[in-house]
Amino acid sequence: MNQRPLSPHLGVYKFMYTMSLSILHRITGCAAAIGFLAFVWWLMALASGPESYAAAMHVLSSPLAKLLLVGFTFSFVYHFCNGIRHLVWDTGRGLERAQARRSGAMVIVASVLLTAAVIWFGCHAMGYSLTGAG
Amino acid sequence: MSLRSPLSKVLGRGSAGDGVGHWWVQRVTAVALLPLTLWFVISLLGQSLQSYDGMRGWLGQSWVAVLTVLLVLTLSWHARLGVQVVIEDYVHGKGAKTTLLLLSTFVHVGAAVAAIFAILRIALS
Repeated sequence: MNQRPLSPHLGVYKFMYTMSLSILHRITGCAAAIGFLAFVWWLMALASGPESYAAAMHVLSSPLAKLLLVGFTFSFVYHFCNGIRHLVWDTGRGLERAQARRSGAMVIVASVLLTAAVIWFGCHAMGYSLTGAG
Repeated sequence: MSLRSPLSKVLGRGSAGDGVGHWWVQRVTAVALLPLTLWFVISLLGQSLQSYDGMRGWLGQSWVAVLTVLLVLTLSWHARLGVQVVIEDYVHGKGAKTTLLLLSTFVHVGAAVAAIFAILRIALS
């Protein structure tokens, strides 16, 4: 059998922060895929009738579900932003080390801001008050 | 120096034992998902999520239903391809790898069919 090493050989490189962005792209992609399954479950509840939809919305209002939703939101937003970075790379642009570091920083800032924005508008759409004690 | 065998170079195949088709479809679905997901998130966050009738009415509109079906198809396809790469790269046993790839395919196809069924049930009711 062919025993040649196949990529990725994660242990052979000096650590750089752009590497963690790269692995984070995969992690957030997998998390977003799980979030997609949760979305399908919610869609099925909506299609099944008012009782099942109310039950699903009740499940989604639990603290654990809210934490997961924040995680799914960040995962999706990061994967979206970093995905654009990857698509730009696919055209052969922005591959210099300084450019890749700069675009990586831009992705992190954009992801945090957009995640906060989605959570803000998401809370409004869910009917949660962000300013009062309710 | 290259770690790849001459045959491997000629075939242009990586650890998946496959060509560039996978890579290309991953990009095509990624580009399609940029406007689809952007539209969906903005449109969804403009709704009152607690209102069952409101959500049914929103998703029941023809163009919302069509775009959401497109989103679900493209997203599940893109996710299936991405999870495939992760499994191929990090799961090394042939049996475990094949089992997980099969499972991933079943889950993604099942999720896509369930989502499309739900959307059509709402839109055609």
